[in-house]
Formats: sequence, structure tokens, C-alpha cells
Amino acid sequence: MTTLDSGVDSLADVTSSEDRLRRFLLGLPGVDQVGAEARAATLSTRSIKTTAKAYALDLAISMIDLTTLEGQDTPGKVRALCAKAKRPDPADPTAPQVAAVCVYPDLVATAKHELKGSGINVASVATAFPSGRSSLAIKIQDTKDAVASGADEVDMVIDRGAFLSGRYGLVFDEITAIREAAGDAHLKVILETGELVTYDNVRRASWLAMLAGADFIKTSTGKVSPAATLPVTMVMLEAVRDYQEATGLHIGVKPAGGIRTSKDAIKYLVTVNETAGPDWLDPELFRFGASSLLNDLLMQRTKLATGHYPGPDYFTLD
Amino acid sequence: MSRFEYAPAPESRAIVDIKSSYGLFINGQFTDATDGKPFKTISPASEEVLAEVSEAGPADVDKAVRAARKAFEKVWGPMAGRDRAKYLFRIARLIQERARELAVLESLDNGKPIRESRDVDIPLVAAHFFYYAGWADKLEYAGVGDDPQPWGVAGQVIPWNFPMLMLAWKIAPALAAGNTVVLKPAETTPLTALAFAEICQQADLPPGVVNIVTGAGRTGQALVEHPDVNKVAFTGSTAVGRAIAKSVAGTDKAVTLELGGKAANIVFEDAPIDQTIEGIVNGIFFNQGHVCCAGSRLLVQESVYDEVLARLKRRMGTLRVGDPLDKNTDIGAINSAAQLAKIRELSQVGEDEGAERWSPECELPPQGYWFPPTVFTGVSQAHRIAREEIFGPVLSVLTFRTPQEAVEKANNTPFGLSAGIWTDKGSRILWMANQLRAGVVWANTFNRFDPTSPFGGYKESGYGREGGRHGLEAYLAH
Repeated sequence: MTTLDSGVDSLADVTSSEDRLRRFLLGLPGVDQVGAEARAATLSTRSIKTTAKAYALDLAISMIDLTTLEGQDTPGKVRALCAKAKRPDPADPTAPQVAAVCVYPDLVATAKHELKGSGINVASVATAFPSGRSSLAIKIQDTKDAVASGADEVDMVIDRGAFLSGRYGLVFDEITAIREAAGDAHLKVILETGELVTYDNVRRASWLAMLAGADFIKTSTGKVSPAATLPVTMVMLEAVRDYQEATGLHIGVKPAGGIRTSKDAIKYLVTVNETAGPDWLDPELFRFGASSLLNDLLMQRTKLATGHYPGPDYFTLD
Repeated sequence: MSRFEYAPAPESRAIVDIKSSYGLFINGQFTDATDGKPFKTISPASEEVLAEVSEAGPADVDKAVRAARKAFEKVWGPMAGRDRAKYLFRIARLIQERARELAVLESLDNGKPIRESRDVDIPLVAAHFFYYAGWADKLEYAGVGDDPQPWGVAGQVIPWNFPMLMLAWKIAPALAAGNTVVLKPAETTPLTALAFAEICQQADLPPGVVNIVTGAGRTGQALVEHPDVNKVAFTGSTAVGRAIAKSVAGTDKAVTLELGGKAANIVFEDAPIDQTIEGIVNGIFFNQGHVCCAGSRLLVQESVYDEVLARLKRRMGTLRVGDPLDKNTDIGAINSAAQLAKIRELSQVGEDEGAERWSPECELPPQGYWFPPTVFTGVSQAHRIAREEIFGPVLSVLTFRTPQEAVEKANNTPFGLSAGIWTDKGSRILWMANQLRAGVVWANTFNRFDPTSPFGGYKESGYGREGGRHGLEAYLAH
């Protein structure tokens, strides 16, 4: 296992050449699949009730990147989503706002306009999302467009083909190029773990993205199955925890796709709490990429407050 | 401090109906003891008295053995294997149906966390009955000859650490092979065995096939020394195991003994680190360390010692110690005052001999028997805490430099029940497994049990195997 307590300087050294980067990534401690999945399964048996549940539900709402990434998206759809982001529960103004609204680059301006003054960020996918199969020049331009339209956060995809064929330097260089193109925008790097398949790959890709300047590492585009899973997210949380120990820097984690119920969201929060630690229980460092999750959280929240389940018709379908 | 404080999430006790007093289960009926004084069983988490239980004296044990003999000769022995299987399948299903109740009862009486009794103990109990039910009509394929025969009456004495699971390990193969049983549960944890007696009634098991006699050492002695017992099976301490071996020496009783351990959990520098930490935690803190095969000696390769220790301590900081019935509890109560005293004494010895003691900050409940998860560093082979079984949540950490040294240190113990190996290198796992003198060797996991897998020890960890086909063999004359 590679000793990770050597600090920022030596980590800068590992990215000084492709060869060193490769040796570093391949020297990371392995992940035992059976053990990792067993640990995640144990974490999901935590029973979160009453006050703890109320805390978790509100926290989860505040961590949502409310997302629409469809070919059929329109300015009208995005405006409606923004209205929901600002006031998720029309019947209850105490429900917290979500963290961000996530859209394609051409709809960033619409979202930005709608969310002005709300404190809610606009996140844009970029870099030929979701496949990433374009030239670097196009990916950079895609990113610049999004930022120029006002995106506060950029969700980029890595070149999975390059990663799987061992061209780590290429993946690294692309991320640093996008990092530069994104300017001050928060950079989330999507690993598309469903295509990386092994936990060893997830750990290596996590480190690669962090070394290249990611502010967040994100599991999935939501367009590939499987999307986020609890053990994958746990392995990524271990990576950000270890990176923080080595460098002092906190990198965020965003599971995206497939998280639909409050019960699932709470399992993720328990895993955050007991893996990376309570520092990460913060929308600055943990997000859910989701859309239908929000209504389930609101429904559970109302149940907890009033003692009965309101019907789904009481929650908006934007 | 975490901002995410888990609110109490206690499993309800309402599902369990504990009687104020219990008799002995002999010949299918609960009967009063004739020559013993009743004793109390308490919840170690609160010291609350749960029930009064009868102590079986020699006369009661004799009655139970007679009932078992009669059932063996008249009913169970002659019965076709496929019919015995029906009863065992029925028992297995009843255990599943009453799983929640049994889990709560186990956690109350033993002190173990409900997460473990619910997710490990009781599911394994049912699995053992299902597994051995399948063997009952296939004994000629067990590899012990064409016409294997049961011994007759099995006298079984089990410990308090996995009360119902140890009962299943003993009773399921015995009944499948056609033996009848007199079983003595541990004096601190008799309640699930008595619930099992009810299940036998519910399953219409013929009277006398299973008899449960409660009591302490005197009862156990009367049972294993009874002249009409054909087969003795014991799980417990090496000291008592020795006494039993002596008392049956020169008789024609068959014996299996499952005794203590001081397992080495061996971590190499290329181990999958995060899962290794989980394995270390699971190895020693599972069931409060009340596990004969617990990984109580951690052997870490020197090159990764600092990193492993730092990660282990951080992980230990997230362990939740407290109410066994709380669904979020990781470590419950120590089973008895006597066991707590023993853990305290050996831990003190560890400090006195110069090892460094560390526990995470954790608040222990004011009532009941508690001991925090503890790790000793700077331990050498010569220290008592590296040699003696503590049987509590106490880990001794030693280091090694080469695989050869790891093997030498791991084998340098009078015990030999289990061992763990953590490495990404498959060839090393196989080489190590061949060198280690331990009955069970786990690779990149620890404390994994399955009814199909034999379990047992080398050297002072006992003899005979339980579980799997091998476990069946112990209940067949051949």
C-alpha cells in the first residue's frame, strides 16, 4: 500500500510525468470487492429515526443538485425546475432550498436568470456530456460556453476510454485543461463508475481527478447503468478522506443517478458520516445528483412533522 | 463530535414473552427440578433479572438421559432419515418465523448487539437446521461407510457467547444423524435454549429427542459423566475441556471439544487497506470479542504498521458502544461480571508488562457490564496478553518483517483455532494457509461462518470438527 502521509509537495511530484503518475495510481492500496460491499451493506443497516431523521432529511434536501438533462428540455421546463429549487415544498416554507440546478450548457442562462439572488448555484454539464467523445478543443469550448452563460459549477466527464486503456496522462491533461477553462467555476469530475466497473479503478480515477484539480468527484452521468451505488460512493469517500489527510484539502463527492428514496439518501449520509467524517455533511462537500429524490424527501419530511403521509399529488412534479 | 447524532433506535422487547420462571425440558415437557436450587439469569446490559431458571442436579440429568435413551431406542433411532428430516425442516422454518423474537431474547440474555443477533446468529441457526435436515436421509453418502449409525445419546454442553448458534451447531447434526440429545446451555444464557424447547414442542418433535437441562458446572459434569451418554460434545474453555477429556478417558464415549483460541490476524503491506481495517475490527470486536476464533493477535508487517494503526484507531472511534437492543449499537455488554473481571485483570497485566493501552473516547452506561474497545501496542510474544485468551474486546498488536516470521509468530501459541491473512497476492494466501497450524484460515475476511464449512481446532483448541459433512461425521459411529 502506498503511504499517503507524504504531503502536497510529493503529490505534486507524482504528477510530474506520466510514468510517475501511473506508478502512483497503480501503487494505491487495492479494494477488496467482497469486503467493500459487505461494509456498505453494514452501514445501510443503521436505523435513523426521529430527530436524526429530521436532520438527515433537511440535510439531504439542501445537498440536491436538482437535475434535468434531457433532449426534450426547454426554457419552460428549466424555469419550473428553478421555481421548485427555490421553494421545494409550496405548503411549507421551512423546507430548505436545494444546492444547485443542473442543466445542459444552452439552458444555463435561463436557469441563471431564474435563480438570481436565491443563493442557488447553476451547474452545467460540459465536455461532450455524457460520452465525452469529442476533441479537447470542443470540450474546452463547451466548458467556456457554460461558464460564459453564468454557470457556477461545471460537471465534466472523463475520457473513460483513455482511462481504461491506461492513458492516465491524457485523462489528467484533459481535466487540467478543463479546470483552466472553467476559471472560477466549481469543477465536478464525473468518473462514470458504471463504465470503470472495478473498485480499484474507482479509487485510481478518484485520485487522478483530485490530483488534476477537481473540486468534486462525481460517480455518474445518470445515462449509464449502474449509476451511483453505495459501495462505489464509499470508495470515493475513502479517497477524499485520504486525500484530505495527505494534503489538508477537502474534495467533495457527488453520487448521481438512481438515488430515488429518502431511505437510500439516508444510507448515503450515514456512509458519509462514518467514512469521510462529519466535515463532509455539508452541501459544499457532498451533493446528490437527483430529481425524483426531492419529492420523496419532502413527503417523508411532512410525514415526520404531521404524523401522516400526504399523497403524491400534494408535491409538484417539476 | 458528529453533527449527525443517531437518535436511539431500540428494537421493541414487546415481541418477547419471558416467563418469570422456567423448569427443565425433559421428555417433551417442562418439569421442575428435583434436586437443584433455581438461579437467576440477568440482562448483562442492565443487571435486570430476566427470569428464574431451574438448576438440574444429577437426578434430573439422569431423568433426561433416560428420556433421551428411550426416545433413541423407540422412536428417533428407528425412524427413517427422511422423516427425521421433516422435523428438522419444520424446526428450521419455525426458527425463521420466530427470528425477531429469538434475536431480541438473545440480545437481552447475552448482551450482544441486536444487529448481530438479528443478522448473524439467528439466520445462521436456521441455516444450520436447514443444512443438516438435508443430510438426514443421505447419511450413507457422508463418506463414513455404507451404513453409518448414530452413537445414541449425545450429551452436549455449550457456552454463553453464541447461545443459540452453538445449540444449533450441536443439535442439528446430532438429530440428523439419528442421535437424541441432552443439552446444557450456559448458566448465564439459558433463555434461547428454553425458547428452542418450546419450538421443539411446536414442531411436535417426539418427546425425549431433545432435552434441555439448565445449570452450571455441576450440571454439566453430571451430564458428561453420565454412564449412559455415548457421545460428548463440548464448546467452551480449554480448562473445562481438559477436565472433560480426563473424565471420559477410559470410557467408550466419543468426544469432540471446541476450545479456546488466540488467533493471529496477519496483515501484509499489500493488503486492501480499508477492508483490512474492517476485518481487524470484525475480528476482535464482533460479539464483544467473546469469540473463540477472534482475531485477538494482530500481526502487522512493520512497513505499514503506522498507517494500519492510525486507520484502525480512527475506525475504532466510530464504534458505538451501548444498549444491545439499539439497532445502531456495534458493541454490546460483556456477558457477565466474572468475564468483565477477567478482561479487566488481563488488561491490567498488559499495562503492567509494559504494553501501551488505547481506547477511543466512549461513554459507558452506568449499569451493567461494559468494557471499551481496546488496543494494546508494543506487545511482544512474551506478554501474557499475546498468549492468553482474553475473550473480550481487547486486541494485541505485534509486528513482523517477512512471511516466514509471520508464520512463526502466528503458530507460536498453544492454540490453533483460526487465523486471518490479508494480502492482494493469491499465491501468498495459499502458501500461508499451508503453513498456519489453525483449523480455519480466512483470507481477506474474518469471522465468516457457513453451515457447509467445517470448523474446529489444532492443539489446545480442541479436536473434532463441527459444520459441513465433517460435523456430521462426529455424530456417526464408523
